[in-house]
Amino acid sequence: MADLTAGPEKTPPQGNTADAVRASLARRNRKQKLLQGLGLGAIGFAFLMLFILVASLVSSGYQAFTQTKITLEVYVDPEEIKPEKLPRGGFKDVLQASLSELLPEADTSDRATRKALAGILSNGAQFQLRDRVVADPSLIGQTITLTVPVSDPYDQLNKGTIDRDTPEQNRRLKDREIAWFDQLKAQGVISKPLNTGLITNADSRFPELAGLKGALIGSFWALFVCFAISFPLGIGAAIYLEEFAPKNKISDFIEVNINNLAAVPSVVFGLLALAVFIGWFGLPRSAPFVGGMTLALMTMPTIIIATRAALKAVPPSIREAALGIGASKHQVVFGHVLPLAMPGILTGTIIGLAQALGETAPLLLIGMNAFITSAPDGPFDSATALPTQIFIWADSPERGFVSRTSAAILVLLGFLVTMNAIAIYLRNKFERSW
Amino acid sequence: MTTFVFAALLGVSILGYLLNRRAAAGLRADGARLHSLPGYHGLFSFLSTLVPVLVLILLWLVLQGPVIDHVVMSGLPAGSLDDLDAGSRQLILAEIKSIARGQIFGEPEQWKLDAAQRYLQLQRISGWVLLAIVVILSLTIVALARSRVGAAFRARHGVERIVSGLMIFCSTVAIFTTIGIIASLLFESIRFFQMVPITEFFFGLNWEPQIPLREDQIAAEGAFGWLPVILGTIVITVVALFLAVPVGLLSAIYLNEFAPDRLRAVAKPVLEILAGVPTVVYGFFAILVVAPAMRSFGASLGIPVSPNTALAAGSVMGIMLIPFISSFTDDALSAVPRSLRDGALALGATRAETVLNVLFPAAIPGIVGGILLAVSRAIGETMIVVMAAGLIASLTINPLDSVTTVTVQIVTLLIGDTSFDNPKTLAAFALGMMLFVVTLIINVFALRIVRKYREAYD
Repeated sequence: MADLTAGPEKTPPQGNTADAVRASLARRNRKQKLLQGLGLGAIGFAFLMLFILVASLVSSGYQAFTQTKITLEVYVDPEEIKPEKLPRGGFKDVLQASLSELLPEADTSDRATRKALAGILSNGAQFQLRDRVVADPSLIGQTITLTVPVSDPYDQLNKGTIDRDTPEQNRRLKDREIAWFDQLKAQGVISKPLNTGLITNADSRFPELAGLKGALIGSFWALFVCFAISFPLGIGAAIYLEEFAPKNKISDFIEVNINNLAAVPSVVFGLLALAVFIGWFGLPRSAPFVGGMTLALMTMPTIIIATRAALKAVPPSIREAALGIGASKHQVVFGHVLPLAMPGILTGTIIGLAQALGETAPLLLIGMNAFITSAPDGPFDSATALPTQIFIWADSPERGFVSRTSAAILVLLGFLVTMNAIAIYLRNKFERSW
Repeated sequence: MTTFVFAALLGVSILGYLLNRRAAAGLRADGARLHSLPGYHGLFSFLSTLVPVLVLILLWLVLQGPVIDHVVMSGLPAGSLDDLDAGSRQLILAEIKSIARGQIFGEPEQWKLDAAQRYLQLQRISGWVLLAIVVILSLTIVALARSRVGAAFRARHGVERIVSGLMIFCSTVAIFTTIGIIASLLFESIRFFQMVPITEFFFGLNWEPQIPLREDQIAAEGAFGWLPVILGTIVITVVALFLAVPVGLLSAIYLNEFAPDRLRAVAKPVLEILAGVPTVVYGFFAILVVAPAMRSFGASLGIPVSPNTALAAGSVMGIMLIPFISSFTDDALSAVPRSLRDGALALGATRAETVLNVLFPAAIPGIVGGILLAVSRAIGETMIVVMAAGLIASLTINPLDSVTTVTVQIVTLLIGDTSFDNPKTLAAFALGMMLFVVTLIINVFALRIVRKYREAYD
C-alpha cells in the first residue's frame, strides 16, 4: 500500500487500479473517520446517560440527607399531661403552646390559624415528646428543650424547592405561613442537621419521618436467607457437575436447565414464589424469608456458573498430584481444588448477591411492597426491602418523597458499589495465575 | 420451639461426631489398623444423623400448617361454614389466626375465640411431638452409628456416598425449579382457561381485566384478549432496540477497533456500571427525568405526548440494554480469527472497511444471538415499564401514546390480591405462561446460534 501511494512518478503508471485507489482514498478515509466519529458518539452517549442518571439522582437526593428541625422550649403543662393518664395526654396542645410563644402575633383564637400553626410541626413531633415524657414522668411541670422535625412543606421551603415567586394560590405554603417561617428562622430556632432518621426510622406516610430502617433490615434478612440457601446449593451443584458428573443425557439436561434458568425473566420467579411458596406451602406473605428463597433460586445459576469457572481454572496438575499420593476423589476436591477455587467462587457469589439486592419484581409479587411502619423482628415478619421501598416512595405523591426516593437509591447504589468493590478486591488479591 | 428442634438436632449430631471419633481414636491407640481416619468415623455419624432428620423436620414444618388449618376448620361448630365459598372460608381462617396471634379487632364470636385457642394448642402439641420424635430418632441413629465403629468399617466411603448424594440433590434443584415454574404456571393457567375461553385470550382485542370483579359479568365482554398487551410489549421492545442496537454496536466496534487503550480502560467499567444499575433505578430515572423531558420537548413542537409514553419507557430500557448488546458484539468481534483481519488489512482495506466488510459479516451470527437475548430481556423486563409505562391496554403502535406490557399487567393484577379463584389473578399466570414460553423459545434459539457460530471458528 505504501508503494502505491509513495512513488507514482518514478514507476510507470500501473494502470487503472492505482489511480482508482488514489482517487478513492480520501473518500475511504472519510468513511473511516465517520465510523470512528459515530463510535465515539455512541460511547459518549452511554457516558452521558450514566452521568445524567447519577447527576439527577444526586441533585434531587442530596437534600434528603439533611432535615429541617425546630428547637422548642416546651413547658410540659401538668394541666394537659397528667402522670396517671400516660401515655395519653395533650402533647399536641403543649407543643402548639410553645410554638405560639415564638410567634406572638398569630391569633390562636382563630381555628384556621391554630390549624395552620400546628401544620408547621411534623406529625411525629408529639410522639417524640410523648416518648420522652413516658420515659421520664418527672419532666411533667418542667420546661424542656426539644428539637423536632418540621413538616414536609416547610422542609421543602427551607431547602428552596418551594418557589416564593409562584402565585399564592398555586403554592403549598401561603404568604402568612412563609412569614411565620421566616420569623422563626430569624429567631435562630430552625436548624438543618444531618438526617439520621433516614436510616433509623421505618416507613411513614409523612415524608419528613419516613426512613429506611425497615427496608434495610428486610433486605438484610432476604439477602441472608438467599445466601444461606444459594451458596451451599450452588457450590454443591457446581462441584458435582464439574468434577463428578458422568457425561450423559441427565447431566446435559441439568446444564441446559441451569443456563435457561439464568435467562428466565425475574417476574416469572415471582409468579413461582406466589403460587408455590405462598399458595401451596402456606408461607407468610411479605416475609423476607420467602423473598430470600425466591432470590436464592435466581442467584443459584449465577453462583453455579461462577463456581464452575473457578474450578476449571485450577490446573489439572494439582488434582493429579493429590491423586498420585493416594487421596480419594473427594479428598482431592474438598481438600485441594475447592480451597484454591474459593476466591473465584466468593467473587461470583458477591456479584450474584449484589444482583439479588437490586432485584425488585419478584419481591413485589410476594407482597414485600406493603406499607409497614415498624422494622421486622425476624425473617418471618412482614417487611419491605430496599428496592421495593424505592418503588413505594416513587409512587407516593408528596413532594418530599421525590428526594427521599433519590436518597434511597443512592443508599442502594452505595451498597452495590461496596459489594462490587469487595468482589474486585478479592479477585485482585487472591487470584493466582498458574 | 422450632429453634429448639434445630438446636436439639445439631447438639445430638455433634455428640455423635465426638463419640465416634473418640471410639475410633481409642481403637487406633489400642493398635488396630483402621480403614478410615477417626475424623471420618465422626463425620459418618454426624451426617447420617443430620441429613435424614433435617429432611424430616422440614417436611413436618411444611405439612404442619395445612394439617392444623384443616383440623381447626373441620372442628368448627356445625353450620358456621355453610353456604360460604372458598374465599370467605379463607377469611375466617385468617381471622382465627390473627386472634391466635393476639391481634383482636372488634368483638369476634365465641366460636372464633375457641378456634383460636384450639389453633394455639395444636401448634404447641405439634411442636412438642416434633421435638420428641427428633430427639428419639437422632439418638437412635447416633447409637447405631456408634455400634458400627470398628477397624474394618469403611467410614470414609460412607461419608463420600452421603456427600455425593447431597451434591446430586443440589444439582437437581435447578430441575425442580424449572418443574416448579412450569407446574405452577400451567396449573393456574389451566384454571384460567376454564373460566375464559382460550380463543378469546389469544384473539381478543380488548384487555380490561378489572371487569370480572363484578361477578355477574365474568368474561361477558371479551375482556381478556391479550393482543393489545402483546402489541404494547412489542412497541416498547422496538423502541428500546432502536436505541440500544446502534449505540451498542457502534460502541463495541469503536472499543474493539479504534479506541486508545486508555479510553478502553475507562469505557468498559462504565458500561459495566450501566449494566449493574438495578432496574427500579432506571424506572425512577424514566419518571423523574426522561418522561418530563420528552413531554416538554413534544409540547414545544406542538405534539401531544402522553405522560407515560412508550417512548420514555422504551428509551430507558434501551439505555439498560446498551451494555448487553455491546458486550455480545465485543465477544463476537473478538472471536473472529486474526487471519481474516490480517488478510483484509494486507489487501489494503482501511480499518473501517475491514470492520464493516470482513469482521462484521463474520460476526453477524453472534451479534444476532446477542440481540435476540436482548429482545428476550426487554420482553421480560418489569420494573422500568411498571413505573414508566401505562396501565390501560390500547391497540396502538404510536410510541407517543401510553401502552401497557405483559409484565406490567402481571404485576398490577397481582399486587394486593391473592385469592386464586377469580380470572383477574389467574390471568396474570396465563400471561406469565406466555412470557415464559416466548422468552424460553427466544433464549434457546439465541443460545444455539451463539454456540454454533463459536464452534465454527474454534
